[in-house]
This record gives sequence, structure tokens and C-alpha cells, in this order.
Amino acid sequence: MAKNIIEKIWESHIVHREEGKPDLLYIDLHLIHEVTSPQAFEGLRLNNRQVRRTDLCFATMDHNVPTKNLPTINDPIAKKQITTLADNAKEFGVQLADMGHPDQGIVHVIGPELGLTQPGKTIVCGDSHTSTHGAFGAIAFGIGTSEVEHVLSTQTLWQTKPPTMEIRVNGKLGVGVTAKDIILAIIAKWGIGVGTGHIVEYTGEAIRALSMEERMTICNMSIEAGAKAGLISPDEKTVEFLRGRRFAPQKQFEEAAAYWLSLASDEGSTYDVVLEIDAHEIEPVVTWGTNPAMGTGVSKAVPTTADYVSESDKQALKNALAYMGLEEGQPITSIEIQHVFIGSCTNSRLSDLRAAASVVKGNKLHPNVKGIVVPGSHSTKKEAEAEGLDKIFTAAGFEWRESGCSACLGMNEDIIPFGERCASTSNRNFEGRQGAGARTHLVSPAMAAAAGIYGHFVDVRQLEKQEA
Amino acid sequence: MEPINIVKSVYAPLDRKNVDTDQIISKEFLKRIERTGFGQFLFYHWRFDKEGNEVADFVLNKPQYKDAEILIAQDNFGCGSSREHAPWAILDYGFRVVIAPSFADIFHNNCFKNGILPIKLTEAECDELLEQGLQEAQAIEVNLEAQTVTTPSKVYSFNIDPYYKEMLLNGWDEIALTFKYEDAIAAYEAKRVVFE
Repeated sequence: MAKNIIEKIWESHIVHREEGKPDLLYIDLHLIHEVTSPQAFEGLRLNNRQVRRTDLCFATMDHNVPTKNLPTINDPIAKKQITTLADNAKEFGVQLADMGHPDQGIVHVIGPELGLTQPGKTIVCGDSHTSTHGAFGAIAFGIGTSEVEHVLSTQTLWQTKPPTMEIRVNGKLGVGVTAKDIILAIIAKWGIGVGTGHIVEYTGEAIRALSMEERMTICNMSIEAGAKAGLISPDEKTVEFLRGRRFAPQKQFEEAAAYWLSLASDEGSTYDVVLEIDAHEIEPVVTWGTNPAMGTGVSKAVPTTADYVSESDKQALKNALAYMGLEEGQPITSIEIQHVFIGSCTNSRLSDLRAAASVVKGNKLHPNVKGIVVPGSHSTKKEAEAEGLDKIFTAAGFEWRESGCSACLGMNEDIIPFGERCASTSNRNFEGRQGAGARTHLVSPAMAAAAGIYGHFVDVRQLEKQEA
Repeated sequence: MEPINIVKSVYAPLDRKNVDTDQIISKEFLKRIERTGFGQFLFYHWRFDKEGNEVADFVLNKPQYKDAEILIAQDNFGCGSSREHAPWAILDYGFRVVIAPSFADIFHNNCFKNGILPIKLTEAECDELLEQGLQEAQAIEVNLEAQTVTTPSKVYSFNIDPYYKEMLLNGWDEIALTFKYEDAIAAYEAKRVVFE
């Protein structure tokens, strides 16, 4: 019988199955960062337990790290959290890419970069954007700290097999429309709860055409649609991305590649839910509200209460617009911004930086706008510098920073001030996400860069027409 | 973790959908390395204004709901970040039960690890409870064993996965339970395919 990739991976990881219980699932890779792990290590100590498989764990610092004036950390509580991870990694024998280490970076950027992320693996991390790794055809999902402790102790998790969902993106994307726009359009169309309880496989012509980095952007935001995980069947692009990476198989790479390709969903496999969207109908998306589904095409306007039926939806619109300081029916291109943030586990890889730099090149940031560029990893930063991207950004007035999660969630000093507005390549526009009272608009790297230059949102497709 | 079965208390009606974990516990409070002490920061930016004064019309600041151990909200409660600090804050503040039409997956899972009972009632039932609770604070009884929520005028029943029900009723340490499967884990590891 035809099987989809989700069923294949799940079934090959069952350690124990019993009626009336979730499955006991083996975990192949456990990524660890400083914010959601200290209480888990403390739990091990209190119960005199060990890390079962230090070889299947990898830790780094990303959420709290400063992105300038390294290695000074001004915030003493943040510093304690960072030193706690370093101490725990040492005590329990876990591999660590510490601050300043060449492998350091956002955990969801370095996993693929180092070749730790591979097709067919079960991958967890105490972070909801773990779904990123699904781009390689892995079942990857975020867990809480209690489950982090469970994986450290047992290398397993009790998990109920979720229903499956296929999201098929048919046709070809228009010029100037990116992976970020696909996922924002999906969430805007079906809502932030559409994937709740499901593992999603993204399929279709437009998905197959994407690079690995673009696929990571799509899978990264699966959680913003509520999904437990999101993945894409491996193909030759997946194999070529991993070839030669440090933690990828070396001697048996060809055997591994054949196995990986065999995991792709079989012809005729079925899913509990199937949704389809046409790539032609997607335009560059800008979010206007306080959750990732509150977004629309750049050529459109902020909705009005007349666009909604239920009282609770009308009230949600009013609450969102009050927080965002926007009017009903206001054209998206009339929204003025004061900040640009290019970074985060969604859009901080080399191709994202290139896309932003191609818009920025030869231009200056608008006088009312401050911009920072935060590469996803130390190694991405070095690659970008080798291409001269840093010079393009700094010549335009952007600050070029060290890697980390930065202003995506503002745990470090990279905070958007109260009431100010940011065009951000990150993944969440929740109230206060980038700082108390900060107003976040989620966009692609090219759209963020263009907004920075013009001081308000512009349609990157128009810019490309002008240049041509 | 504390076992849980019967909770009798007034409930706090939080009439919002898509309450995300960034609202439940904001990022500036995630730097503690303990599991305790997060209750004071629960819904911080809804409870307090920019100057740190209480926002009078926020539900948790109203005196009639001060002692609530049950929280009722709308759809998709706990969406967003996986931070377990969210259930830690809810528990530390004094809630043992959260009722909503639906929950985000990771938050839902995290509740069971901390002795918090997440109850799914239908949207109509939650709307009814929210409306009544906003009119007048009322005490209700949640009974996990019986899988019921009893108000002065009505009994609602709810479903819960039997595995998680047992965990909550007994306050079990899941890791200790999993250690009983050591042989199965070792056997799996022995046949696990690893490419060099």
C-alpha cells in the first residue's frame, strides 16, 4: 500500500506500541538552547539521572546572545542563563557551539548547515520553530522543557500519532514572490489553527521548485499554522545540499542518499486532510495584525469590520488594529515603518541576505528608518562577508551584526521601541513580540529591504519592473 | 507533580481567542533558570500598563475573579512558542484547570507534564460559560475522574485521553515510567540504521 513520508518515518521510530497509550518514539537528534534547557538539566541532577545519548544531542546559544560588542553581556540574568548552558553541557558531556564558536548560530540554521539535520530523522528541540528541519524530510517538532528532560534521560518521547495533512501548492510562483509569501499566504487563507494536531507535508510544483533554504522558510512557519510539524519529501536537491557536510554520512553517503530518496511519499499516498492553493494567486504578503494569519497582499488594504461575519472576529480585528495603530481599509503601501529587521530562523540564511542585498544595493535607508541585519549563523556571516554583502548593507546605513535570534523575540537588547513599527523577516507578529508595544509586520527579505529604503511598504514587483 | 482530580472554584472568563504563549508569559521573563516564580509575570502586559499600574478592566485584576483556580478562554489557547514557562506561570499564579474549545498542541502537552488539566468543551459551551462568568463570578466544580464540569445550573462532560487522565490523577513522573521500557529502548538502538 502506498505510504506517505510521515507514516514511513513514524513507523520506523516506534520503540513500543500498546493499545490505549501513545507510541514510545525514538528521537534521532536533540537540539538544545539556553532558554528552554536549564530546568531540564536541573531535573536530571535532582533525580541523579544522566544524558542517555550525548552523541545525539547538540547545543548552542542563540536566544539571549548579544549581536554586538561580543563577548560582553550586559544583562546579568541572560548571562547566567548562558553560563548555565555552558556548565550543563560540560557536566553532562553534550557537544556545544558556545558564543564565539565558529559553529554558533540560531539552532535551526546550524542544524542543516552542519549536516546534523537529515532526511528520515526524528528531530526535537525546546523551540516551536524546530519544524524548520522538516524541509529535509524529517519529522521535526518543538517540545516543552519537561519533554527536553525526557529526551535527555531516555532518548524517547510518548507521542500520539497525529493525523496527516497535505498542502499542495500548484503552479509556478510569480517573479518577486518568495517562499515567505507562500507560507504567509497559506496561513492567511486558512488561519493559524488550520494545522493544529496535524503533521503537514507540503507538495506540488511550486514546492519542488524551491531551494533547500526556501523550503526551510516554509517548514519553519508550520507552527504558525498550528501544525505539530511540517515537512517536504526529499529529492536530489536535499541530497546535494547534504553532500560533504561535516555531520552528514561520509563513507556511506551514497547508501544514505538512496535511503533518503526512498522515504519520499509514494505515488498515490493519502492524507487525512488535503488543501490546495494556486501559486499564481500569491503576491508578496504583509501582515497588518497581531497574529501571522492577519496578512494580505501588498496591493491590498487592511480589512474592515464589514469583511467579517462573527462578532468575535470583528472584535479581534478592532483589538489588532488598536494595537497596531492602523485604520480599517488603509492601503498596505501607506503604512510607514521606522525599523527593518532582517534575520531569524525563518529568513537569515545566505539566500535571504542575498535577496535583501539585491534590493538594497546602491540605495540608502530612508532617513526615518533604522535597520539591522543579523545573519543566522557565524558561518553564514562569514560567507556573506566573503561575497561583500556586509558592505552593501552598511553602505546603505544598515547595521551588520553577529548571529542570534535577536529582534525576532527581543530577549537580548535588540528591541523595537514602544509604538514603533518594524518590517521584519521573522515569524511572529504577536503583541509585544519584538518589545513591549512594538508593532511587527511580517514580510520577505526583499520586501523588508524595500520598505527600509522607501520608509513605507512597496511592492517589490514594481521595483523590478522599473529596473527592467 | 501534584495529582489532580476535583477542583472547586470560581472561574476567570478570558474572552479571547488565539491567546498565544507570548501573552501568557512575555520573553523578558524567560531568563530564570528555575521552574517557579513565573506567576507574578502571567499576562503581564495585559495586567499592567506601561508604568506598571494594574489595568482595572483586565479580568484577572477584578476582585471577584482573584481566587479563580479555573481559567476559561476561546479557541486555540496557548498557540505560538513552545515555552513551558507558560504553563509554569499559569500554575504558579494559582490555576489548575484551563477550559477552551481548542488548544495548541505543544501547550496542551506541556499542561499534562505539570499537573494542569486542559479541558476541551465545545465552542457553544465555552461561550455560555464565558457569558455567565462575565455577568457574575460563579463557582463551578471540575471532576477529572467523572470527566464533568458542574455549574449551579448544568453539568458538562468532556473527553480526555485515558493515558493523560491516569498521569494527572496519579501525578506520575513520566520519565520514571519510561525507564521501565529500558529493554525496548536498548533493543531499538541495537537495530537502528546509522550511516557512517
